[in-house]
Amino acid sequence: MMNMLSINIFQNWLEQTHGIWYVLVLAGIAAIYLGFFAVAGLMLVYLERRVAGYFQLRLGPNRVGPWGLLQTIADALKLVSKEIFIPKMADKLLYKAGYYIVIIAALLALAVIPFARQIQALDFNVGLFFISAVSSVGVLGILIGAWGSRNKYSLIGAMRSGLQMISYELSAGFAIIAVVLMAGTLKMTGIVEAQKHTWFLFQGHLPAIIAFMIFLISGTAETNRVPFDLVEGESELGAGFHTEYSGMGFAFFFLAEFINMFIISALGATLFLGGWLAPFGITDGLPAQWLWGMIWFLLKVFVLIFLLMWFRWTFPRIRIDQLLTLEWKYLLPVGLVNTVIMAWIVWKDWLIHLG
Amino acid sequence: MTAEELKNYLQTWDDSLEFIEEIPEDVALFAALEDVPSEWLNVEVPLSHFKGIMRHLKADEKTSFDYLFNMTGMDWGQELGVIYHLESTRHGHILVVRVRTADRENPEIPTVEDIWKTAHLHEREIFDLLGIRFTGHSNLKRIFLTPDFQGHPLRKDYEDDYMILRK
Amino acid sequence: MEPNTQILSTEDLRSQEYFLNMGPQHPATHGVLRLLLTMDGEIVKNIEPDLGYIHRGIEKMVEYDTYRQIIHVTDRLDYLSSHINNEAVALAIEKALEVEVSDRIKVIRTMMDELTRIASHLLWWGVMGMDIGALTTFMYAFRDREMINEIMEKTTGARLTMSYNIPGGVMFDLHPDFVKDVKAFIPHMRKVLPEYDRLLTGNIIFQRRMKGVGYLSAEDAVSHGASGPVARGSGVRCDIRKKAPYSAYDRVKFDEIIETGGDNLARYQVRMREMYESLNILEQLVDNIPEGPYQMPMRTLIKLPKGEFYQRVETARGEFGVFIVSDGKKNPYRVKFRSPGLSNLNALIQAGRGVKLADLVAIMSTFDFVIPDIDR
Repeated sequence: MMNMLSINIFQNWLEQTHGIWYVLVLAGIAAIYLGFFAVAGLMLVYLERRVAGYFQLRLGPNRVGPWGLLQTIADALKLVSKEIFIPKMADKLLYKAGYYIVIIAALLALAVIPFARQIQALDFNVGLFFISAVSSVGVLGILIGAWGSRNKYSLIGAMRSGLQMISYELSAGFAIIAVVLMAGTLKMTGIVEAQKHTWFLFQGHLPAIIAFMIFLISGTAETNRVPFDLVEGESELGAGFHTEYSGMGFAFFFLAEFINMFIISALGATLFLGGWLAPFGITDGLPAQWLWGMIWFLLKVFVLIFLLMWFRWTFPRIRIDQLLTLEWKYLLPVGLVNTVIMAWIVWKDWLIHLG
Repeated sequence: MTAEELKNYLQTWDDSLEFIEEIPEDVALFAALEDVPSEWLNVEVPLSHFKGIMRHLKADEKTSFDYLFNMTGMDWGQELGVIYHLESTRHGHILVVRVRTADRENPEIPTVEDIWKTAHLHEREIFDLLGIRFTGHSNLKRIFLTPDFQGHPLRKDYEDDYMILRK
Repeated sequence: MEPNTQILSTEDLRSQEYFLNMGPQHPATHGVLRLLLTMDGEIVKNIEPDLGYIHRGIEKMVEYDTYRQIIHVTDRLDYLSSHINNEAVALAIEKALEVEVSDRIKVIRTMMDELTRIASHLLWWGVMGMDIGALTTFMYAFRDREMINEIMEKTTGARLTMSYNIPGGVMFDLHPDFVKDVKAFIPHMRKVLPEYDRLLTGNIIFQRRMKGVGYLSAEDAVSHGASGPVARGSGVRCDIRKKAPYSAYDRVKFDEIIETGGDNLARYQVRMREMYESLNILEQLVDNIPEGPYQMPMRTLIKLPKGEFYQRVETARGEFGVFIVSDGKKNPYRVKFRSPGLSNLNALIQAGRGVKLADLVAIMSTFDFVIPDIDR
């Protein structure tokens, strides 16, 4: 369904235009996108290490390039040059398919994220649905990659990953539904435009704030970060699902984790914090609106990413049964009730509209 | 109890022990070792009655040695044996028990694993390094050395041309 | 297709048990401990330790060493309590030769002991946090441990394996900065310990991970030969510093820390509170270091009289014992090191049965193993 839809759009677009030239433009845009996110992923790794250094009374990378900015690029180059090692007993096809699925799922989800008013690769009417569908494909890559590794630690990690994703996808879904109820659309730009006067975080009274918190918790869980990093759980499982991966195989998993973190934060910024919109419209009259939009959007994303990093460097890891208890006994019922309350608020038109 | 009181108390056991059916007249139940200078009471028990005595040392209300804080496998040249350092967490007194066997080829001493669980790993260590078999031990196999290791290195007659330099 | 109407019983749904090889290279085993786990899903059914990856045969080795040389080997047992291990051998030799050391030596040894204990507990706290996923604790602990290492380095010349004790005293006199450094360290430590509590102890996730996990009853602890914070976490009074005071422990006031929980949290709290007690001891001694010789006159080649000598000390991990059997020669006839680790490992097998894999890691870190101490 999703496939056909996007192919139709693609075909229509090509037919309306002048053929090969626009295909090249399209390829160029894709290349820019990929390049941007590879660099963004690397920069996030750099950021994480600096933030970790800040939290841990140390400096973090500060030798390669100015302020150590090129450190992760050097690391990536090192990883590229490394041997891609496949364990003897591994299922080669699954082993290799694992990281491709993970990285492709991560990159696909980026397609519908609106950076500014016109800056978005694909803006179609079920964008939000597309994101939540595509981002849960990633777990499949983790599962088959870990299964293919033929390593018990990987397998334990993969099983945890499956449990975790299936569980937390639900409460993330309910948090998103709360926003969809307010916006009345699944289209990403539509969601942002609906926050023109007030961000959804404040528009929906307490239920919106609860939805935001549920979204943050389940988003952290979906990106497998502390305190929900049981999938890797380096002190228990070595490295969890990517124990057997080396070189770029490992780098893909690593990069995917950071891109996923970006996606969750971008989604949070779009859904709850008004996406590219400036707070109180303070930059509305200025020229180069697309640039201001991007700046505001990335700033909001950064705040959320910093929050996720803050979690990571202060919290211990929870146990698998506590993870499931948290989801099924607390988050899911709260999310359900919250959605009903939100529907009631929207039905009664009690939303707050400032300005 | 002090060492002296402990010694006197243990000597009263000879008459009233019901857990040993027949004690040969020539076997002293406790041979207090006066020749070993030590801050604690040292006793030696005969191998034949070792297990019963050890069990009684823990079970008896007056002694109640519940904490086996050290087990040392010994090679005295002719004999092999084990030295047990026992402490009572309730009374705070300490007793050093030793047991020896003259059989160097196939030395066997009953396990005390069922009395003090700590003996589980300690007995495996002594088996590994001195080759004393603890009869009744639940999982007696080498612990530090590889399963195919030959010999028992802590024995005085252990020879290793490569690792041990003879002067 | 026929629908499958057969009702599955819980017997059919039971998962298959499998073996998991934890170690010798595993981040949670802090060294080369290997545990063979029988697992049912995430639940640990049985633990079988496989030791010897760092077995150096120290007990055989020292049979060929002189008494002065033995001390340097004991650094390599429990390397985090190296000073206390050294002291045990030195005390055993002094006991055998009936040498009474000066008060200065006693106080120096006691202070070094307590610094070692704090350093060891700090390292434990850091890796304890890491084991349950809180990575930041490690850096905090190492920042403060560094101060102790520097104090040690100034006086002894080494940071970890100090070999500072010799029979009849200590190797060098205290560095002139020692008192000043310790006086700077004590308030610093009193300031950061509450910070540790805010960072980790009070965390709800941490509390949930610790409370009620890895229960070890007092009877089991005694029977398994557990000692140190492991046994004290189960409510067993087993502090050698109180039971059989050595060095200057009979002249300082301190509490033996007892927690009765028997779980991870109790063991954790014992160590955290012990750090305060160590600071108390340091505070009492730092101003009262008596004058006197730092070495007692002793013969270069020490020969112990014929006999058996046992010295117990309390290391950061529990009761460490040195058992020297001498036949009157310059080498010992037999030396046995009673390591706290081996007995505590026994208790881990008890406490770690039936818990989840993640809990086993947490239990292992509250037991605080140093593998060379187990293997010897």
